[in-house]
Amino acid sequence: MTSPAATAGRVRRTSPRKRAQRIRWIQYGILVAVLIAIIAVADFPQIQKVFFRTDMIRDTLTQGLGTALLNTIIYSVGAFVLGLVLGTVLALMRLSSVGPYRWLAGIYIEFFRGLPTIVVLMAFGLLPLAFPGLQIPFGIYGTVWTALGIVAAAYMSETIRAGIQAVPKGQVEAARSLGMPTGPTTRKIVLPQAFRIIMPPLTNELILVVKDSSLAYIIGLSATSFDLTKYGRDLANTNANLTPLVIAGLCYLLITLPLTFLVRRMERKTAKAR
Amino acid sequence: MTANPAQQHTDSSRSGSTVVEITGLRKSFGPVEVLTNITTSIRQGDVVCVIGPSGSGKSTLLRCVNLLEQPSGGSILIEGIEVTDPDCDIDEVRSRMGMVFQQFNLFAHLTVLSNCTIAQQVVLKRGKAEAEKVALVNLAKVGLADRSGAFPAQLSGGQQQRVAIARALSMDPELMLFDEPTSALDPELVGDVLAVMRRLASEGMTMMVVTHEMAFAREVADRVIFMDGGVIVEEGHPDDVIGNPQHNRTRTFLKRVLDPTHVDSEGDSGESDARRRIKDAEVAAHAQPAVHDDTEGHGS
Repeated sequence: MTSPAATAGRVRRTSPRKRAQRIRWIQYGILVAVLIAIIAVADFPQIQKVFFRTDMIRDTLTQGLGTALLNTIIYSVGAFVLGLVLGTVLALMRLSSVGPYRWLAGIYIEFFRGLPTIVVLMAFGLLPLAFPGLQIPFGIYGTVWTALGIVAAAYMSETIRAGIQAVPKGQVEAARSLGMPTGPTTRKIVLPQAFRIIMPPLTNELILVVKDSSLAYIIGLSATSFDLTKYGRDLANTNANLTPLVIAGLCYLLITLPLTFLVRRMERKTAKAR
Repeated sequence: MTANPAQQHTDSSRSGSTVVEITGLRKSFGPVEVLTNITTSIRQGDVVCVIGPSGSGKSTLLRCVNLLEQPSGGSILIEGIEVTDPDCDIDEVRSRMGMVFQQFNLFAHLTVLSNCTIAQQVVLKRGKAEAEKVALVNLAKVGLADRSGAFPAQLSGGQQQRVAIARALSMDPELMLFDEPTSALDPELVGDVLAVMRRLASEGMTMMVVTHEMAFAREVADRVIFMDGGVIVEEGHPDDVIGNPQHNRTRTFLKRVLDPTHVDSEGDSGESDARRRIKDAEVAAHAQPAVHDDTEGHGS
């Protein structure tokens, strides 16, 4: 054994690289220790019974999971498309040379960004009660699309505006110098490039809309219009078991993960056209 | 050789009608007056080069011609149409004027071919097939027909600028505006672009070129405009404006451009002028023997 003084001397002599290596080993050590602790402590049969009960998995899969998954996709895609269109209009209004358009868009954006999505959904669910005779087209679907789309538009318009502003001014000048009027210049030159620029943040928005669609239950859905969360939650409640919710959660990943992958591929493909 | 005089003849006979007529043009950015009382005109077939120090307003003048900048005063007539008139259909007028930018400004999301067809389809309402045919003819003219499927980012600066020229040409313009087309290029790529412009000029295209390429201006231009401080200081044949400038400001500018290492000092401008005249004489002398040899050849 070396004396304390000698140890101190050796510590001082340790090179930064060796020290970093030692710290790395310690980090691995902690990780392994935590894993061992979890495995030792965990009650696996209980976990399996609560989260992955085989008969519950079967029930969840067969009692209308497909419909719920499809509904979630329909709610999200419709809301996203509506939000995209409305968001683009709002972004163009924000950049308009007409003052009132700018102000209106600004007020809209601040208003719907500030409200909880669930409040907007409730309001739209109650609208037919407040205005007898008011019919939102496509029934429940139309209500969810409008409510989620209106909120998504407020968020997306700021992203789209940033994208439009990121397109170099020379692009517009070139188009105008060729005699192209403002409308076609915006539609064929500016917007395609703007959307290419904002593809990553827009993917983010889509994923947020997918998750927000889980709030649709608040307007009172019938069994055929259940979304994933509502479907999973009902089954979980009646059986006092979390397995259906786990399955529903995995289904969200089933939607979002391929989406992320797809967008990343599209980005790589369009990278050369930037 | 025999074709040359004939071509020259058509060129001179064509330069008759006035394409651009600028009268008393003024342009201010806020309190700063960038152009002051500019009056000049360009006739059909003319190649006019605009030279001058940076900030002299030459790019602004060019951008006023197709109204990318809104003039503050004066008038600009394009083939007799007053473009500053609010009733003027500027898109229609612009479609007959090609513009080439310093930064190329190719549409980044479109292929080379689509860059050249989109305005044809949108503005001239040409069908896809016809537009592509026209585009390919012009791409061949700039030597890039084989890159029609590429995206701008895949091309070198010189290639991009040639595509930009082809894009403008695809609109069958009556006038081409060039805004420092070679200033953003690596030196070794300048030649290809200038070659394309030289060919255009020889084909009789009416051109207005803002440039720092003095050799090109001297060789190709019918007329050179020297601008400084927002006014036209000197205007005339390149041999006069570049070869034998009358104004001090022109001389100082040319000295700086032609010999960047030169340090200004009072009193040596005359000497430098003399040197240039000697150089010109030398060039002329070099040209002489060639003709002489030719005649000798005929004699023997």
